[in-house]
Amino acid sequence: MATYTINVNGKKREVDADPDTPLLWVLRDHLGLVGTKYGCGVASCGACTIHLDGSAVRSCSVPVGAIENQKITSIEGLSEKGDHPVQLAWKEHDVPQCGYCQAGQIMSASALLKKNANPTDDEIMGAMAGNICRCGTYNRINAAIKTAVKNS
Amino acid sequence: MNVKVNRRSFIQVSSLVSGGLVLGFSWGSCTRPEEVIVMPKEWFDLNGFLKIGDNGLVTIMSPNPEIGQNVKTAMPMIIAEELDVDWKNVIVEQAPLNTDLFNRQVAGGSQSIRQGWTSLRTTGATAKQMLINAAAQKWEVEASTLKAEKGFVINSAGEKLGYGELASIASGMEVPTSESVKLKDPKDFTLIGTNVSNVDIDKIITGKPLFGIDTKKEGMVYASVLRPPSFGNSLKSVNDAEARQVTGVSDVVQFGDKVAVIASNSWAAMKGKKALKAEWENGETEDTAFHDEEMMTLLNTKTDKPKREEGNVEKGFAEADEVIERIYEAPFLPHNCLEPMNFYADVRSDKVELLGPIQTPAGTRKQVADLLERPEDEVSVDMTRMGGGFGRRLYGDFALEAAEISDKIKKPVQVLFTREDDMTAGTYRPASKYKFKAGIKDGRMTSYHLVGVGYDMWGNCTRHDNFPGGAVDNYLVESHTPHTNITTGAWRAPITNFLAFAEQAFLDEVAEKCEKDPVEFRLELFEKAKSNPAGKVEYDVDKSIGVIKLAAEKSNWGKSQDGVYQGFSTYYSHNTYVAEVAEVVLENGSPKVQKVTCAIDCGIVVNPLGALNQVEGGVVDGIGHAMYADFSFENGRANHENFNTFRLIRNPEAPKVETHFVESYNDPTGLGEPTLPPAGGAIANAFAKAGKERMYKQPFIQAKGLIG
Ligand code: FES
Ligand code: FES
Repeated sequence: MATYTINVNGKKREVDADPDTPLLWVLRDHLGLVGTKYGCGVASCGACTIHLDGSAVRSCSVPVGAIENQKITSIEGLSEKGDHPVQLAWKEHDVPQCGYCQAGQIMSASALLKKNANPTDDEIMGAMAGNICRCGTYNRINAAIKTAVKNS
Repeated sequence: MNVKVNRRSFIQVSSLVSGGLVLGFSWGSCTRPEEVIVMPKEWFDLNGFLKIGDNGLVTIMSPNPEIGQNVKTAMPMIIAEELDVDWKNVIVEQAPLNTDLFNRQVAGGSQSIRQGWTSLRTTGATAKQMLINAAAQKWEVEASTLKAEKGFVINSAGEKLGYGELASIASGMEVPTSESVKLKDPKDFTLIGTNVSNVDIDKIITGKPLFGIDTKKEGMVYASVLRPPSFGNSLKSVNDAEARQVTGVSDVVQFGDKVAVIASNSWAAMKGKKALKAEWENGETEDTAFHDEEMMTLLNTKTDKPKREEGNVEKGFAEADEVIERIYEAPFLPHNCLEPMNFYADVRSDKVELLGPIQTPAGTRKQVADLLERPEDEVSVDMTRMGGGFGRRLYGDFALEAAEISDKIKKPVQVLFTREDDMTAGTYRPASKYKFKAGIKDGRMTSYHLVGVGYDMWGNCTRHDNFPGGAVDNYLVESHTPHTNITTGAWRAPITNFLAFAEQAFLDEVAEKCEKDPVEFRLELFEKAKSNPAGKVEYDVDKSIGVIKLAAEKSNWGKSQDGVYQGFSTYYSHNTYVAEVAEVVLENGSPKVQKVTCAIDCGIVVNPLGALNQVEGGVVDGIGHAMYADFSFENGRANHENFNTFRLIRNPEAPKVETHFVESYNDPTGLGEPTLPPAGGAIANAFAKAGKERMYKQPFIQAKGLIG
C-alpha cells in the first residue's frame, strides 16, 4: 500500500492503494468517479477509456503505480457542463441504447478528434475499433463523430 | 386530500439544505439546457404512475426495467400522450417494484410496450379526466364541456387552468373507472410518433451514476465470488491464506460450492479471489463433442409426438422431383452484457434491501424471500438502469448470491462478476441443431420436414406454427430438448435467434432448386397460405407480404450494382414482422456486409428515434453473433473467458442499417428482439450470391473459404 498523488480532471487527488491497482478502480472505488466503466479488465472492450495527457488509454490496464504526473481525464472531466462537441453530438444523435459503453466511446472519439480534426470514415472506424458496443450503436456513433467534427 | 411529502419533494428539500440550490434541471431530454425548470413546492399523487407538481411539472414513473430497449422513455411517453402534457414538463423516474400497482414489471420477450400499451394509456387518460373533473368543480360547469391540451384544461370560453393549479383538487377526487375514460384516436396523437431522446441521455454522456455497478452505499463492501470452473464440478476444499493477505480483503466466506472474497473495494476483492487456492471434485462434465454427437443422433430420431403435422411428408418426398436435406448448427452462447452481472444486498433483521440490474424484479424478490426464509413484504428489490440484458438478467442468481453473502457477513454488499465470471458462469443460449428436408414437385415446395434439437429449450426448440406452417401441403415439425448440466436460458430472441437463420438459409437453397427468385419464392408460399392454406395459419399473411415487398422495393432487390450481392431474409417474432436485405461486397476475396435494408411492421411506433436504434442494434447483434461467436466446452469448461479471445462485432464490421417502418395505426408490438432473427439468414444468403459456400454452422467466420 502506498499513497499516490494523481492529477484527475484538473485536481490533485490523494489515494491510498496498492501500486498494481488499475486506474479504473482508483477512479471508481477510491474517488467515486463511476462514469468510467469496467467491461473486461484486459484492455479489450474500451468501456474504461480515459485520457492520459490527452491520449485515449484503457484505464483497466494502467496501474496507479505507473502514473507520475500525467493529466488524467475521465468522462466527468471531459467538459464542465457536458457540452464537449462530442457529448453534444451524442445527444443530438441519441446514440445510447443501454448506455454502458458510451462513456468509453465518447472518450475514444474525443481523443481521436484532438489528434485528427477531420478523420476519414476509415480513420473513425479504426480509432473506434477498440470500443465494443454490445447493443450495436455503431451507426450512430460514427454519425455523431461526423457531427462533432462539423461542430468543433 | 392526498397531500404528503413524497420522495421528490424530499430530494428537493434535502438538496436545498445541502447548499446546492436546485433550479436547473434538464431531466426531460427535450429540455434544452437554457430552459430552466423550477421544481414545485408540492407534488400531488394522482395514482401510482404520476405526480403533478403545483407548478404543472409532471413526474411519470416508468414501471419496467430498462435494459437499453428504451422503455424508460417510451412508456412514460404513452402516459404523457393521453395526459396531454407537454413533454418538456415531464420528469421520468424508475418506478419501484410494486406488483399491486404495476402489471408485469419485467423486461423480456419484447413485451413491455405491447402489454403495457392499453394500461399506460388508460393511466394517462384517467389522470387527465381527474384534472378535467377538478376544473369542472372549480368552474362549476359540466366536465363534458371542457377539454385538455398541453397541461391545461380549457373551457368553452377559452379560459385555461393549468394542471398545477388543479392537481391538489384532482388528487382528492374519486378515480374514474377505466371504462368511463376515453382514449384518444391514434390519429390524434401528438407525442407518440415523434422523436424523443433518451430520458437518461445527460447522465449517460456525463458519466453520472446510473447503473447497478455504480451503487455506493454507506458501509458497503465488495464481494468477488469463486465458482466452480466447470459445470459438473463441486468444491472440495479451499485455502484462503493468501487471499486474506491482500490489502483491503476483510473476509472470506464459503457458501455451497462457492467462495466469496469480501473487500473494501472491487479490485481487492477480485485480486483476493485470484489468490484463493481451491480444489475441485470432478463430477459429470460435458463436452461440445458429446453434445454434437447427442444432437446428431437425435436429429435422426423420431419424436413420440410431433409439434405439428399436416399431410404426409414421407409420401411427399417419395413423389417429389427432388429432395433436399440440410443440417444447421449453433453453439451455446454467453450474453456478454457489457455491464457484468452485479447486485447490491443489505440483509438486516427488520428488512432486506436489494438494488441492481434485473429484468425480473418480482420473481427475484420471491426467490430471495424463499432463500432467506423471510416474508416477501420484508424484501425490496429496486431497479437500476442496466448495461444490457439480452435475457441474462432474467435470472437473478447474482442477486441471490448477494443476499446470501450479506446475510452471512451482516453487511451491505455488492457482488460483482469479473468478465471471466460473466462469460463462464452464464445461462447460455442453448446449443442447437436443425435438420430441414424439403420435397420439390413441379417447381414448388410440397413437403417440409423440420427436426430440431436444442438443450433445455422449454420443451420446444421450434416455432412450429410460424411460416411456412400452412403454406406447405405436407408439413412435419419435430423437436427434441435434451438436458444438459450447463445452465441455459433465454438469449435475445430465444430459439429464433438461430432457427430463423437456418430456415431462411434453407429456403434460399430450396428456391434455387425451384429456379425461383428468393423473394418470389417466399411470396408464392405466403400467397398459398392465404388462398389455399394447408392448415392453420397463425401469422398475418398480409403483414408478412407487406414487409417483404417493402424491403425488396427499398433495397432495389435484384437490381444491385455490379459487385454488390444481395441476400434476403424474413421472419416474424415477438408479434412483429421483419424483412431484411443484406448487401455484401468482396474485399480481397472476403465478404464485407456493407448495408442492411430492414422493413418492419410493429404497429404504431411510439418513439421513432428509439425504435430505429433498436432495429439497428438488433441487426448488428444478429450479424455479429452469426459471424463471430465461437463458444464450446471441454470437460464442462468454457473455451472463452474474455473479449481478448471471444469475438464480438466491432465498429468497422457493422453495416449501415437502413430502416423502413410500415405505417400503421395498429397497437404496437415488440421491437427489442425481432430484427435480430432474420439478420443471419440475410447475410448468409448474400454470401452465397457472392460465390461463397453456403453457411450451415455458426460462427460463419470458421467456414471454409469464406475469408480470402
Ligand atoms: S475494461 Fe478496460 S478495456 Fe475493457
Ligand atoms: S449502448 Fe449498450 S453497450 Fe453500447
